[in-house]
Amino acid sequence: METITKPATPKGEPKQKMKKLTVKNISGAEAVVQSLLSEGVDLMYGYPGGANMPIYDVLYNYQKELHHVLTRHEQGAIHAAQGFARTSGKVGVCMATSGPGATNLITGLADAMIDSTPLVCITGQVASNLLGSDAFQETDIISMSTPVTKWNFQITKAEEIAEVFAKAFYIAISGRPGPVLIDITKDAQFENIDFHYKKCTKIRSYHPIPKVDMNQIKAAATLINSAKKPFILFGQGVILGNAEEEFKALIEKAQIPSASTLLGLSALPSQHKLNMGMVGMHGHYAPNVLTNDCDLLISVGMRFDDRVTGNLESYAKQAKVIHFDIDPSEIGKNVSVDVPVLGDVKETLAVILPSIEKKNHDNWIKKFYDLYQIEQKEVINGQLNPAQEKLTMGEVMDSINKETNGEAIIATDVGQHQMFAGRYANFKNSKSLVTSGGLGTMGFGLPAAIGAKMGAPDKEVVVIIGDGGFQMTIQELGTILQTKVPVKIVVLNNEFLGMVRQWQELFFDKRYASTVMTNPDFVKIVEGYGIKANRVTKREDLTGAVSALISSKESCFLEVVVEKKGLVFPMVPSGASVSDVRLK
Amino acid sequence: MLDLNKRIKMENTIYTISIYTENNIGLLNRISSIFLQRHINIESLTASNSEIENVTRLIIVVDSTEDRIKKIIGQIEKQVEVIKAYYHTNAESIYLQSALFKIKSNLLFEKRQIQNIIKKSNAQIVTVTPEFFVIEKSGRKEEIDKLYKQILPYGIMQFVRSGRISVTKEEMKISEMLKEQLN
Repeated sequence: METITKPATPKGEPKQKMKKLTVKNISGAEAVVQSLLSEGVDLMYGYPGGANMPIYDVLYNYQKELHHVLTRHEQGAIHAAQGFARTSGKVGVCMATSGPGATNLITGLADAMIDSTPLVCITGQVASNLLGSDAFQETDIISMSTPVTKWNFQITKAEEIAEVFAKAFYIAISGRPGPVLIDITKDAQFENIDFHYKKCTKIRSYHPIPKVDMNQIKAAATLINSAKKPFILFGQGVILGNAEEEFKALIEKAQIPSASTLLGLSALPSQHKLNMGMVGMHGHYAPNVLTNDCDLLISVGMRFDDRVTGNLESYAKQAKVIHFDIDPSEIGKNVSVDVPVLGDVKETLAVILPSIEKKNHDNWIKKFYDLYQIEQKEVINGQLNPAQEKLTMGEVMDSINKETNGEAIIATDVGQHQMFAGRYANFKNSKSLVTSGGLGTMGFGLPAAIGAKMGAPDKEVVVIIGDGGFQMTIQELGTILQTKVPVKIVVLNNEFLGMVRQWQELFFDKRYASTVMTNPDFVKIVEGYGIKANRVTKREDLTGAVSALISSKESCFLEVVVEKKGLVFPMVPSGASVSDVRLK
Repeated sequence: MLDLNKRIKMENTIYTISIYTENNIGLLNRISSIFLQRHINIESLTASNSEIENVTRLIIVVDSTEDRIKKIIGQIEKQVEVIKAYYHTNAESIYLQSALFKIKSNLLFEKRQIQNIIKKSNAQIVTVTPEFFVIEKSGRKEEIDKLYKQILPYGIMQFVRSGRISVTKEEMKISEMLKEQLN
């Protein structure tokens, strides 16, 4: 154990030494920053206010070691932290003040909770003697955040800081990741203590990774080896578990056609010959139809969301089901499972591989390819080579693919453009899609892309946003202006809230209630933020504009005016069976 | 619709959920929000220390289907500070509730019937003052309800019934489990 006396900074200290750190007589606020440094945090997002000012004051001394990004709204801070976590694989950190600062984090917490994103969020709180007095900017954020956090804790004494932060980082990233919130009263930030930091590696009541059960492995291997028409659904668990190689080895050995959930996209390269695309409401035709034809459905790190399964009463009833997951509460939650395989998929997939026989399922795989031909003819051709004059969302994605060669990270907002991105983007590398899956948070895209680029600075980050969602967090253009983060922004403007409009067209008698958007001049607004901006309305200008966007060294904005009444197909209508997926 | 409701109702049973947890200030909120999110009513909830030092035991009674209870147990066990959660049917556990009745003292002497009721129901008189006396009854909910109905005509000044407390017939190996986890 080493001792540093105030005001020495831990600059240049090797990380191993940081694990056990003692600093004498420092403030709680300093202890917060020392805790973050001890966890290797060098980047965080946030917004200052009355109840977290002591921490900001300490951060002023550590600008080199811990870079703080000032967003334009606390929701922007937490979505940026999510984007950072998704592309870096590290814990995202953000901070807000008490009251409205804290409540502005709620949407991001809910989003991170449902999409299993590791976050540590810090909120300031009024002094402990004022708790419960309806003090200025007091809000009971612990109660409010309970259902949307993996864990939360209110610190009222500075001596609690080190232990609580160590626990928070361990809980956020271990097992099935999730967001953690730490609320710190202002008096705890001012109080002086001797600070000792020890990383947390164990909590007696918490078992993040179930032990591999060889009986489950054997039972699963037997089913896989005897299946004639096996089909794999993979989700974000493969990415979170860093199990991409193990996964590929399994499907290649047993020749199992595989399809992804929205969040599982990029875990397997889009062009892999066993990658049959995406399942679900706007997924590909073949994997949706053949879900109800396979004799064995193997789910790997996914949770059978209702957008994936459609009507559960008619979902894969003919098939045996194997479910690989790290979270025991997911087993049988929505779909009954014949063989659960609990554990970290990186481990369970590696353990099962030797028991899997080499197989050839060519005839079964051909069924997927045949159905893909139908989808190509009925849906994809119309998107990529449209007869109409107006641009389609699909051809914009295709143009981005050609320019980035599938190497870019694609971030999206929520809506039609998100489904087009999921369906048409070409992914070569894992962790290449940053999107709000479970919660469907409009406004996620722009701030998440800022974090995504900071989490993977060597990658190109292109964010696709609709004209509706763009205006939900448009103020984060200010964060781009200030940080100069070179994010490439594409707004697909159809002057409608397109996804809701699509439902109105199909299921509400074309009654377009409150979905028509009168939009501002986006190019002017973006230019006002000092970002290069361009607008494309004609097909002949698209390739050049996308090329200029991608080749720009700085952040750059492209608005593409697309057809107003475009529809995303295929579509599994709400309440229908996946095999009743509509092509038009 | 009617048929469906009937079927679901028939499957509902009283389950006693037993949770061993760390003693944490926000945990009760976290547990109750799991029920709230699924729109399940909690019939009763009791928190106390358990047979293990620093480990709290919660007893929650709900009327639901086994399928839902199983999923709830999964969600409860997922909470960081929960050590273990179980569910049991009435047949699998030994359980009771306690109730206190505050009654005017003059009734004890003027209405002899009350003394008989107390004696027959195995209730205890725990306090007598010139103004009131208090009787305590522990047992099944039905027994307490029966006593309540018997006393009601004479006038009850105050009545309160506790949540269910329960121990299981099967062994709970929490201590071993905790030892194993720390190794």
